[in-house]
Amino acid sequence: MQKYSVFSLIKNAFSDHQNWEVAWKDPTPKKEYDVIIIGGGGHGLATAYYLAKEHNITNVAIIEKGWIGGGNVGRNTTIIRSNYMHDENGLFSEFGMDLWRKMSQDLNYNVMFSPRGIINLAHSDAQMNAYSRRGNSMRLNGIDAVLLNREEVQKLIPMADFSDNVRFPIFGGLMQPSAGTARHDAVAWGYARQADSMGVDIIQNCEVTGFDVSNGKILGVRTSKGDIKAKKVGLCVAGSTNILAEMLNMTLPIETHLLQACVSEPIKPLLDHVVTFGAGHFYCSQSDKGEMVMGGDLDGYNSYSQRGNLPTLQHVLTEGIAMFPFLSKLKMLRTWGGIMDMSMDGSPIIDKTHINGLYLNCGWCYGGFKATPASGWTFAHTIAQDRVHDLNAGYSLNRFSTGNLIDEKGLGTKTWIS
Amino acid sequence: MLYINCPHCGLRSQNEFAYGGDATVKRPELNKEISDQEWDNFVYLRKSPRGKHLELWHHISGCRQWIKVERDTSTHEIFKTYKANEAIE
Repeated sequence: MQKYSVFSLIKNAFSDHQNWEVAWKDPTPKKEYDVIIIGGGGHGLATAYYLAKEHNITNVAIIEKGWIGGGNVGRNTTIIRSNYMHDENGLFSEFGMDLWRKMSQDLNYNVMFSPRGIINLAHSDAQMNAYSRRGNSMRLNGIDAVLLNREEVQKLIPMADFSDNVRFPIFGGLMQPSAGTARHDAVAWGYARQADSMGVDIIQNCEVTGFDVSNGKILGVRTSKGDIKAKKVGLCVAGSTNILAEMLNMTLPIETHLLQACVSEPIKPLLDHVVTFGAGHFYCSQSDKGEMVMGGDLDGYNSYSQRGNLPTLQHVLTEGIAMFPFLSKLKMLRTWGGIMDMSMDGSPIIDKTHINGLYLNCGWCYGGFKATPASGWTFAHTIAQDRVHDLNAGYSLNRFSTGNLIDEKGLGTKTWIS
Repeated sequence: MLYINCPHCGLRSQNEFAYGGDATVKRPELNKEISDQEWDNFVYLRKSPRGKHLELWHHISGCRQWIKVERDTSTHEIFKTYKANEAIE
């Protein structure tokens, strides 16, 4: 594989950039693989990469219905953080933060990781107490957390509404300075390029139409490009999890819901951090191009449509303007939607299933992007060793029936309620 | 914008309604010994189909009645609405 560097850039400039190697090939599927990963998104590509890199399993195929990186890894708001209270989520995400910090070097691909910090705003004394507790829990798990008072927040984000007569005055906030953003497409492409170079087949435009299961063991998958045998199969299909589960006669603690995001026209650098509104569901950051990247509530009813509905967008942006009044002056450049695998406690599932050789990675709700490296790493471990790693032991499929939920937000089963 | 035909009030915009989830899940009968699996099915497990979905909506800014709506989850087409106690064909 051609290494990307300033020297290769200069060298290729002399040939008008016509001689770059393809970043990944377009192979026809083989008859059989050791492992098939269904879903060529961030998590699927990362899983294949870590299977090859950490476990030396390279006879691997990624099967993707559309094109790689065309689902939620291309539709998110690029936020990376580990500001969780519960141990399972905190330790898992902080492990991921380490992988993020090393990712550009590791993949030889600039993912533009930008640890600019995230600020969760608080709008009441009770919320300050809750953030103080969460911040302490984070610090006990080795995650950086700083509790900010009103004046400290005002220094960092003076453009927020600090006037006297507001419905939700800013009392302070919880900051994780090491959180940040990354270039989402580069993450998918970086993992794809490295996985391909180690022998993984990336098979695009190939839809899974069924599974071969016999005596409780997975034998392979049926696809629009023919049947492919496999010793092990991993599902990484986010919002489409229930569609595949139905083919396997499985019912999961997952509902598929639609989440929208949007960007404004680009403006000069203004906002240095990722900021979330504490009195509702709205968050905002500024991209390197200058666009304000914004997101908020789910549309609120089961949906596979991948495009949003205006009432939700209006509601989200109303909250946005309450937090940052200047947003009302901006024009909207683009809005889009992605389908989320909403689990019943808001936490993911990375586990084995009752079918031998079938592994499940789902339930990321709207927090899948930041989890990409840790999810791929632990899922690869679970598949390769046929047992869960300590980091994803809490993300079990049976935690719902045993009552060991990881209910980070205390929302109960209706995680789609806003 | 979804337009939902409330069986009590007529056609109203989505803004008047709150969503209540899958209408096909049934609470296990009272005073009957049930297994963990049956609770699991009721509380946590959902089919979440792509296509026709029978779901509960609450006409919260209208007549405040719960209703059932048959809707396509990929096109958002609404086929039929029912009163909460109405039999589903």
